[in-house]
Amino acid sequence: MHIMEGFLPSPWWEIWFLVSLPFIVIGLYQLDRLVKEKREALPLLAVAGAFVFVLSSLKLPSFNGSCSHPTGTGLGGILFGPCIAAVLGLIVLIFQAVFLAHGGITTLGANVFSMGIAGPAVAYLIYKAGTRAGANTYATVFLAAALADLVTYVVTSIQLALAFPAATGFFEAFSAFAAIFAVTQVPLAIVEGAVIALVFKYIVQLKPEILTRLNLLSESTVKKLQEAAA
Amino acid sequence: MKYRMEIAVAAIIIIFAAVFLVQDAAIRASGEEAWGGADGEAAALIEASGYEPWTESFWVPPSGEIESLLFALQAAIGAVIIGYIFGYWHGSRKTA
Repeated sequence: MHIMEGFLPSPWWEIWFLVSLPFIVIGLYQLDRLVKEKREALPLLAVAGAFVFVLSSLKLPSFNGSCSHPTGTGLGGILFGPCIAAVLGLIVLIFQAVFLAHGGITTLGANVFSMGIAGPAVAYLIYKAGTRAGANTYATVFLAAALADLVTYVVTSIQLALAFPAATGFFEAFSAFAAIFAVTQVPLAIVEGAVIALVFKYIVQLKPEILTRLNLLSESTVKKLQEAAA
Repeated sequence: MKYRMEIAVAAIIIIFAAVFLVQDAAIRASGEEAWGGADGEAAALIEASGYEPWTESFWVPPSGEIESLLFALQAAIGAVIIGYIFGYWHGSRKTA
């Protein structure tokens, strides 16, 4: 999903910086409050960030002979919402842009939007809707993380199609980019969803009090999940 | 069952790997080169339309080895943090 350095012409790279900026600002504000009011959640925040580091560094072979990587930002989105996830995504994307020439500084705004904001926002909304509907927690986490991954790549395709609509128009361009990004991503999204659901299970087992403190799970649900795993 | 989810995740990963091996065998048999990055493919598609990137990365890893070193480093940093915190939680639960 990384749009490479220089591959977004003006005004698109400026536009995506402007779109992403408010999320980063709100995210920093939320982080500040988290540090002050819910210090016990900080290790979980570190885990969410570390997950983005690990998963986004793994370039996996996928369908139709190309390689792509999962994003790992779905977990941060579920746990802390899209704004804090945007800050986590930003850190990783800067690391990759500076040290790996993977992505770029001018395309940072667009890449933060797809990987740090759009994906996690989808994960956050699915998780909220799923828990409200009383769906199975791990199935909900799986769906949220898998779709966060997939949506990230769909958004990248939209971003590129907007900047390069070609002669044939936006939708033709979108389907060309989506064929490269989104289709490739389906199996990776499934693997990512499964891995994050498993990690969520370990968090429920080891540190459920953080999840209840963040209003992610009720105490009765935690009890039910822990009994089911015993 | 206690490890139902672990088994399900392992099964998904094994299927994923098996699909790769089958596809790879088919691609090799046809003599094509494959398994490049999707990011690069998108960039090639854009360049094919005549677009020239207006700026370049100011530093590029000088070789594939250095690049994979840095990617491995990125994964290692994350893995250390995850292992440390889960280990800490696990240990403090046992002694509590």
